[in-house]
Order: sequence, then C-alpha cells, then structure tokens
Amino acid sequence: MNFSSFLLMRQEILLLTIILLLVAAEIAINKTKKQSIVHLAIFLFGIHTIVGFFPVQSNSLFGGMFRTSELIHFFKNVLNVGVFILLLQSADWLEDKIVNQNKGAEFFILLFSSLLGMYFMISSGDFLMFYLGLELSTLPVAALAAFEVTKRISSEAGIKFILSAALASGVSLFGISMLYATSGSIYFDDIITMISSTNLTILGFVLFFAGLAFKISLVPFHFWTADVYEGSPISVASYLSVISKGAAVFILMILMFTVFKTLMHVWENIIYVVALATMFTGNLFALRQQNMKRFLAFSSIAQAGFILLGLITGTHLGTASIIYFVLIYIFSNLAAFGVVQAISLKTGKENMNDYEGLYRTNPNLSLVMMLALFSLAGIPPVAGFFGKFFLYTAAASEGYYLLVFLAVVNVTISLYYYLLVVRAMFLRTSDHAIPYFKNRLYMRLGLLVTVIGILVLGLYSPLYDYIFELSKNLN
Amino acid sequence: MNISYIVLIPLIPLAVFLLLGLNSKKIKPTISGYIGVLGLSISAVLSYYTAYKYFFVSGKVDGVYQTIVNKSVWMNFTETLHIDMGILIDPISVMMLVVVSTVSLMVNIYSRGYMKGDDGYTRFFSYLSLFTFSMYGLVLATNLFQIYIFWELVGVSSFLLIGYYYTKPSAVSAAKKAFIVTRFADLGFLIGILIMGYFTGTYDFETLNNPEGSVILNWASTSFMGLSVITWALILIFIGGAGKSAMFPLHIWLPDAMEGPTPVSALIHAATMVVAGVYLVARLFPMFYFVEHGFALNVVAYVGAFSALFAAIIAITQTDIKRVLAFSTMSQLGYMMLALGVSGYDGHEGVGYMASMFHLFTHAMFKALLFLGAGSVIHAVHSNYLKDMGGLRKHMPITNITFLIAALAIAGVPPFAGFWSKDEILVAAFEHNKLIYYVGVFVAGLTAFYMFRIYFGIFWGKDKTYEHPPHESPLSMTLPLMVLALLSIVGGFIPFSELITPDKLGFEAHLNYPLAAIAISVGVIGIALAWVFYKKENSLSDKYATAFGPFYKWASDKFYFDEIYLFVTKKILFNGISRPFAWFDRNVVDGTMNLIGNSTVKTANKIKGLQSGKFQDYAFSFAMGAVVIAIVFIYLWTN
Repeated sequence: MNFSSFLLMRQEILLLTIILLLVAAEIAINKTKKQSIVHLAIFLFGIHTIVGFFPVQSNSLFGGMFRTSELIHFFKNVLNVGVFILLLQSADWLEDKIVNQNKGAEFFILLFSSLLGMYFMISSGDFLMFYLGLELSTLPVAALAAFEVTKRISSEAGIKFILSAALASGVSLFGISMLYATSGSIYFDDIITMISSTNLTILGFVLFFAGLAFKISLVPFHFWTADVYEGSPISVASYLSVISKGAAVFILMILMFTVFKTLMHVWENIIYVVALATMFTGNLFALRQQNMKRFLAFSSIAQAGFILLGLITGTHLGTASIIYFVLIYIFSNLAAFGVVQAISLKTGKENMNDYEGLYRTNPNLSLVMMLALFSLAGIPPVAGFFGKFFLYTAAASEGYYLLVFLAVVNVTISLYYYLLVVRAMFLRTSDHAIPYFKNRLYMRLGLLVTVIGILVLGLYSPLYDYIFELSKNLN
Repeated sequence: MNISYIVLIPLIPLAVFLLLGLNSKKIKPTISGYIGVLGLSISAVLSYYTAYKYFFVSGKVDGVYQTIVNKSVWMNFTETLHIDMGILIDPISVMMLVVVSTVSLMVNIYSRGYMKGDDGYTRFFSYLSLFTFSMYGLVLATNLFQIYIFWELVGVSSFLLIGYYYTKPSAVSAAKKAFIVTRFADLGFLIGILIMGYFTGTYDFETLNNPEGSVILNWASTSFMGLSVITWALILIFIGGAGKSAMFPLHIWLPDAMEGPTPVSALIHAATMVVAGVYLVARLFPMFYFVEHGFALNVVAYVGAFSALFAAIIAITQTDIKRVLAFSTMSQLGYMMLALGVSGYDGHEGVGYMASMFHLFTHAMFKALLFLGAGSVIHAVHSNYLKDMGGLRKHMPITNITFLIAALAIAGVPPFAGFWSKDEILVAAFEHNKLIYYVGVFVAGLTAFYMFRIYFGIFWGKDKTYEHPPHESPLSMTLPLMVLALLSIVGGFIPFSELITPDKLGFEAHLNYPLAAIAISVGVIGIALAWVFYKKENSLSDKYATAFGPFYKWASDKFYFDEIYLFVTKKILFNGISRPFAWFDRNVVDGTMNLIGNSTVKTANKIKGLQSGKFQDYAFSFAMGAVVIAIVFIYLWTN
C-alpha cells in the first residue's frame, strides 16, 4: 500500500474520516449546541462531494478485490450529489426532531456508513467485497428506518426492512456460493472466463439477482417497499428510493454487462418479464394510493421497471441511458420527496387530499412538485422526458419494440396518477388547504438544486455526451 | 454599405411591444402613447436614413443596385438546406421600409387622438408595435422560411387588432374569419415553400432569384401534371400571397376586417399587411418571370385583373364607407398584381414591376389617408353609414380637403400621386396584354366613380341630424392627415423607374401621352358621373339601381360569396365530414380510451389484496418468485 493506492480509495477514506470526525464531534460538542452537528455534517459532506469531482485513475487494489475507474468514480459522485441534496432537505427535520433526542450524529454516522457500503459494493472486484458492501449498505438503513422509535409504524418499518433484507441477502449469498461452486472462483475476472450456462449457474445467477432485485424493488421482490417507505422517516424513504436504488442499479449493470455477459441469452428474458411485471404492478398499485409516501413508493417501483429497458439491451447505448436516467431520476424524485418532507414537517400531513388548493397558498412548493412529477412522468421539456427517451431509444435499437410499446402504455397510466396530484394542488380548492409557510434556508437550497437539475439536465447535452463516452469503458 | 444597424429597425418596435404588453396595467395611457410614437419615430428615422444611403449614396455599384445580405444560419436540415435569419437589403425592401415606417408612424400619432379614453389604450399600442415589428421582419426576410415566420406573425397581430373590441361579437367573428381564411391560404404557401425546398435545396432568395442560377435554369427538370414542380410551388406560394392581399376568391375576410378600429384598417388593411402578397410576388419576381416562360406570372395577372374589376363593381354598391374603402383596397391590390403579371424583366420591359411597386407606394399613402379621413368622419358622426352623413365640408375643413386630395389621387387625376403610378401600370398592360389593359381602364373609371360617390355623400349635400354638431378632429388626428396629403400630392414625382426595376439597372420613364389622356378622361368621366348622381341628393341613383335590377342586388350582396363559403363549410364540410368524425371520436376513440381507463382502475382495485402488510406473505412471494424464475428459465425457456 503506498500513497497512490490511497488516492485510489480516496472517496472511501474521506467518508470514513468524516464518520470518525462526527463521532469525535458528538463527544466534543457542548450539549447546548447540539444543532451545530447538523451544520458540521453538511459542511463536511459538501467538501467531500466537491473533492469527489477530482479525477481518479483506473486501477485495482488488494489483489483485485477493490477496483476503480472513471466510470465507477462517476457513479460515486452521482450518489454523493444525491446524498448531499438529501442532507439539505433533511436538515430541518433533524434540527427540529432528532437532535433533541441526542441522535443527530447517529443519523449521519448510519447514513454515511451505508453510503460507504455502497462505495465498496460498486467498487468490488470479487463477490466477497460485493457481499460485504451490500451488507454494510443495508444494515444501517434498517436502523434508520426505525429511527423514530416512538412511532409504532416506524418500528414496524424497521422490522420489515431488516427481515426482508436478511432474506434477500441470504438468498443472494446462496446464489453466490453456487456461482463459486460452478466456476471455482469468486473473482469477477476469473468468473468471466469460466462461466457457462449450466443449470446450476443459472440457478445461482437467479438467486444472486433476487438479492439485488430486492434493493431495486423489482417485482416480485418489491413487497417491502411501500410498507417501509410509509413507516420510515421521509429522509430515509427518500434515501431508499433514490440512493440505495441507484447504487444497486449501477452494480447490477456492471455485473450483468461484464461478469454475466455470457448468460445474456438467459437474463435478457428474465429482465423482459421482470420489467413488464414491475412496470405494471408499480403503476397499477400507485393508481389508488392516498398516502404520498406510499404513492411515491409505487411510483419508484414503476420507475425501476423503466430502468430495466436499458438493462435488457446489454449495449453501450443502454449503459449510457441507464446512467443518465438514474441521474435525472435522483433529481426528480428528490424534488418530490423534498416537497413531501417540507409539508410533513410543518403540518404533519402526508395525504394527497391534504394537498388540495396548495397552489393558492404555497405556489412555489406546488410548482416544484409539479416539475418533479412532470419529470417523473416524462413530459417534455423537463429532464425526465430525455431520460425516458434515451431508454426507449436503447431498447428499440435492439429490437424490443413490443416492450417499448408496453412501456409507453405504462407511461400513460403513470401520467394519470401523477396528474392526480397536480390536479389536487392546482385545480381543487379546499377550506382546509395547507396555510402558507416559509421554508428554511437548507430546504430551499435543497429544492432549488433539484429544480435546476430538472430544468437543465435534459437540455445540457455535453453531460449526456460525457456519460456516453464514459459508458464505452463498460461494454 | 454597413447594414448591421438595420436590425434595430424591427427590434425597437419589438422592445416597445414587450414593454407595453407586459406592463399594460402599470403604464399610464398617455405615456404608452408617447412610448409607441417615440419607438416608431426612431425606427422611421433609421429607415429614412437607410433609404437615403441606399438609393442615393452607396447602394449602386457600377450602375446596378446591389443586394446586400447579412445573415446567419439558424437551423440546419441537411448539409445544403438550412434556415437562415438575417436582413436583406435591396430596392424593394428599402422602399417597403419607408412605406411601413411612414404609415405606421402616422397611424400611431393619429391613434393617440382617435383611441383617447379607450379602455385598452396601452394594449392597442402594444399590438400596433407588434404588428410593425412583424411587418419589418417580413420585409427584411432573407429567405422563404423567414418570410413565412413573419408572415404568420403579421397574421396574428392582424387577428389581435381586428378583434380589438373583443366584447363585440361581430369583431370577434371578423377576427376569426380573417385569421382562418388567411391561414387557409398560408397552407398553400407552406406547401409551396416545402416543395421549393425539396426540389431546389434552398430557401434563399438570392440563390432562388439568380436568373443565371441553377434553380431558374433547371426549372424543367421535374414536372407534375404537365407543369414544372417549380411552377406548382410558385402558384402555391401565390395562393398564400393572394390570401393576405385579399385576391379573389380569398377576399372575403377583408371587408369584415373593418370591424377593427379605423387606424388599424388604415395601417394593416390598406397600406402594409395587405400588400405583403404583392411584395411576395415581387420578391420572387425573377422566378415568376423565368420559370416555365412566366406561366405562374400569367396566373398572377389574370387573378389580379379579375379581382380589380370584381371589387370595384361591389364597391359602387356598398353603403358603409369603410367597406367601400375595403373593396377599393382589394381592387387596387388587384391592380398591383396585374401590373406584376404583365411585367417583363430587362430594361424598359420591367415597367410593370416598377409600376406595381410605384403604385404600392402611392396607394399606401393615399389609401391610409382615405382611411384616416374616414376615421375622422366616423369619429365626428359616430356612424359608418353614408346615409348618416352629409354636408360635413363646412364642419370639418381639413378632413374635407385631405380626403379630396386622396380621392383625386386614387381617381388618377394629375398631378396627384395615383395618376403617375396608375399610368405606368396601364402602359405596361397596354404593351403586354390588351384584354388586361381594357379591364384596367374600365376599373380606373369605376374607381373614380365610387370614390367620388362617397366623397360627395360625406362632405356635400344636406346636413343630417347629428347627435351633437360635428367638429374638426384634434391636431393629433389632422396632422397625420396633412402629412399624408402632402405625400399624396408629391409622391408621384419620385423617379421610381430609376430606383426600382427587376434588373436593378433603372431606366428613364416617359409619359405616354395618348394612354395618359385616355386614363385621365376615364377618371374625369367617373368623377362627372358621381357629380351628377350624388352631388345633390336625388332619386337618380335609385332609378339606375332599379334599372340594373338583380345585378345591382348581386353586387351589393357581394355576389353572395360569403354565403357560398358558409354553405360549403357549414353544410358540406361540417355535416359531411366533421360530424361523422366527431361521432367516431366521441364514441369509438373516447369509448376505447374510457374502457382502457376503467379496466385499469378495476384491475388496480382487484389486486390490492396482494399487498397484505404481512411479512410472511412478502417472504413467501420473494422465495417463490426466485424459485419460479429459476425453474422457468432453466427448464422451459433456455432449452
């Protein structure tokens, strides 16, 4: 290990340092000034995010267990940006509710640990590192889901999540052991050369896939999603639906496009079926949700189905369109969750009919929500349209016309329920409309960044070109 | 010649439009009037400066007026085909700048008085600026697509201004009618543009119009139904022009457009927008002339001649003075079209083209004057109808004199402006097509007759009973009248033949005395007849009206063209096509969509039990999901 190898692990080491600093700060900070831990954490993570944009070399460490490249580094940066926005949006909630219970530092430590796990998972060069990263990214989230211990529903969410996660990781590990049994190695590079489509390999792959499908909430591994989102604090639900899902998509894509490339004739059919099931289930369940968190849970399941449209191609274009879509999805979904968060924090209201007449009282929040939902639905000219457009292009260029057509049918369904919220906010009037309130600086910043992202990302073509160039390294 | 500053000429009215339009509630009416006039004054000064520089200082190189273009690519279609944005300066665009600036400025000044106290005062001025901006853009366009963009903008501003009194149902329906009829014509224009782009690979005026260029030399390369495709494109483009210039049979919107405020009629429906069609043909004149030996140009000539005659006959019978002026405008536009139609290209042969532009210029001045004068009269007596007017010459001396000057100009009496331009048109027609010449002479007589019919009707005869005694309009209204009257007197002495010719070389024009004598005497006969019929109120006119019997009735009902259009649209199109389609849409298309929607919601309700909330169920489906996928893909799908 020399200095340059440390530089390769820069993101991980820096994040670990931040975690340790926060532990120290928790002890050092005066009891009367507990609020400052929030500012400190956001400040430190802000620096971490900025430092992340310095380029990194492609190399591997620890005999190939850990590897990094420009593309992997870009994934981590995307996650960093998402987490940073999430922190901005959560700051008020933390200051008001959590810091008083002396749990401020705890929240950040758990969150950052989970993020650290994702780094390792994305950077893994063998299944051992992958599994450790997966576990590290999952376990802290269970604690986070149950963070509001005084609420029964939050504890329930924590329990459901930890049980589902245990099941998923167990199944996944079982699958990995079968892959080891057939190929004789846990290193990705070795498996690539030795893998063949025997029955045991396929079984191993399916079980492994189920573990990651749990994190992405693909049907039929999605049932935990709505319950956990509904019960957890909004920040955690937001984290699960955006960051956790994004990381899992990235690693799944890397593995399927490299390690399991030989099995493509098998998994493209699996993805086909799962994609359709996920889109239809997510959308049909979202139709009748009243609770905004459950609503966004099913919407995020449906969005995951769209991501599979890029995954199924196995091409360079598919890679680029997935990364681009996830990036845009992060901004759009964070905007939606941010508004839900802001309203829930001020009023405690989380139902769709509470939003009636919101435009008259809080026009800015309503506009942010509208942009977010339009972006999720894929209405031009906001970014979401371009994200979906490239996914369709990727799938159609591989000849999946029927799949693209059914995806478009799903977009139509999704448009209906996204517009239900818009209708409630803009067209309905209510005597009990949420009164006007002003958000604090962090929340406003958090929403502003997402709005800029939604408006600019789709139109700023150099970004897509950059992603397109990067994705050439994978296929 | 540096022309980059010319882009300011359209941009200033645009800025005025944005300023007034976005702050219409905040700006005080008087101030908005001043802003409008000020903005247009700057544009006008720049236009005059440009005209001076171009025509008399630096426009000519080796005796030929240069075409100066300043443009940049806006949108690329293919490697060769692209849309540019820019400005094009040549004799006709500079002349149009002068016309648009002058009339716009005069109308803006006039409107400050005419529209005083109106609710939408600021809105009115913002619309006027929008129109002026669009018209400048149209005039300066460098290619077919750019001209089309501004063409539509002009149509929109015309729509807004005709419907300015939007609480009046008649104004709203007139605005719709104008918009729909011109849009319908513009469809032809657009198809023409696309055909042109497809077969020639360019939209650029310079490339298209080059007489030695590949477009004109290769016109015969592709043909369709016996005519060159380029000819088809030109005819389609001419349909667009005919719509804007109210040529038969697309003229029906122009009389109704008189529902707008009178200054608007003066600006848009007399002097500027309606000549856009003439300008368009002039802009593409080399193509019209050379392609297929001028087949499309002949179409222009006959449509123009027929429209001139048709409108003049109707004008005699109308009783609303603004409608008389509207039909007169249509008739004069027909004159300009026919002049283009009988023009040649080289040297003195190009007299028709020159005369058309000349007449466009002089007509803009005296017709704007007629409208503004009519506006002044309407302002005083609060009615559009001839029967409510009479004896106004004592009450409104300035309006009387200026109106008389304009009437003499349009009747072709020397030395007023209209005589010179009309004479050149008749010379061109005489040299090329005798039939069109006779039509032209006859129309000249009719013009003099109907114009003096309303002149005598308004200003002579007995006083009518007025609500309050009519009085002369304020200076803000009479000043533009006097300026335009001056221009109507001296406008004819501008040596157009040296400035504006198809080959841009210029020639010396001489008065053709026999033809001039015929034209003058026809005009004088028209005036004399009007004198006999209408100087004093008598039953003579009614007697002749009865003598003509049904023909008079047809003419006064505008030959039932509105009714024909209504029959075709309401009875045939609506019943025969729209209704079945609407039924299909409501029942089949909507029904299918509702079915899909309802079944989606039903499915959503049915499957809600799957999400039970119990972890055991979740774990079961997780495990079963993995197992089923594995089994299916191992045993069924892969082998």
